[in-house]
Amino acid sequence: MACSELVELVTDYLEGALEDAERARLDAHLAECDGCTAYLEQMRTTIRLTGVLTEDRIPPEGREQLLHVFRAWREGSTP
Amino acid sequence: MSSPNADDDSAIVRALRSGDEAAFMALVERHQGQMLRIARMYVPTQAVAEEVVQDAWLGVLKGLEGFEGRSSLRTWIFRILVNIAKTRGQRERRSVPFSSLWAVEGEEPALEPERFLPEGERWAGHWAEDPASWDTVPEERLLSSETLAFVGATIETLPPNQREVIRMRDVLGWSSEEVRNALEISETNQRVLLHRARSKVRRALEGYLGEAP
Repeated sequence: MACSELVELVTDYLEGALEDAERARLDAHLAECDGCTAYLEQMRTTIRLTGVLTEDRIPPEGREQLLHVFRAWREGSTP
Repeated sequence: MSSPNADDDSAIVRALRSGDEAAFMALVERHQGQMLRIARMYVPTQAVAEEVVQDAWLGVLKGLEGFEGRSSLRTWIFRILVNIAKTRGQRERRSVPFSSLWAVEGEEPALEPERFLPEGERWAGHWAEDPASWDTVPEERLLSSETLAFVGATIETLPPNQREVIRMRDVLGWSSEEVRNALEISETNQRVLLHRARSKVRRALEGYLGEAP
C-alpha cells in the first residue's frame, strides 16, 4: 500500500468500515511505516481536539420564546 | 461528549410529557445551536431558520406522545427539523435542490500530491518527508484555548456540508448512524464528508503546530 492511499483510507479505517482484507493490508503497512503511523496519530489527535470544542450558546431571547412555546403546549395538552 | 442512551431518552421524554420546564430547556440548550445551523442550510435567511427551529420544537412537543424510541431522541428531533426546514425552504423557492446539500462533489485529496514521491521513483506514493510526530507537542499547547480556537475557526471555513457533519460527529459526539438518519444521507456520503473535513482540520493543525508556539 502506498502512503498516498493510506491517507485516503484513514477515516474508513477509524470508522471500522474497511473489509477485513483491506484492513489487514493497512495494518501491515502501518507496522513498517513511521510516516503513516505519525499521520494516523495526528488524525486521532485532531479528532480528540475537535471533541473538546464547546457547543454554540443560544441567545436569551430565543430561550424566552421557547419557554412560551412550552408553556402554551403544556396548558393545551393537560386538562 | 456522552452519547445518549435509551434510558436517558425515555427519562427526558417522561419529564417532558409531565410538563417539566427545566427538562425542556435543558434539551433546548443542548440542541438549539446545531438545529439552527442545519435549518440555515435549507432556508435563505437566519430569521427564517429561527422560525423553522421554533416550529420544530413545537412539532417535537406535539409529537411527543408518538415517540417510540426506535431512534435516539436527538435523531428524531432533527428529523422533524429537517422536514420542516425542507417544506419551508420549498416555500421560499430556494433554487438549489436539497439533495445537493449533502452531495459529495469532485475529488478532494487529503494532501497535496507533492507530499508524496512521484511516479517513476522507487518509492512512488510514499512520503517525500514523513509527517512530524505530535508526541513532542506538550499537552498544554494542544489543549490551549488558542489551539482550540484555531480548530474551531478552521471548522467554520469548511464547506457547509463538511462543516456540519464534522460538528455533529466530532464536536457533538453523534454516531454515524444518528447523523445519517437525522440528515437522511447515505453512509458513504456521511463518511466522505467526514473524511474531507477531518483531513482539512488535520492539515491546518499540522501547519499551526509546526510553527513555534
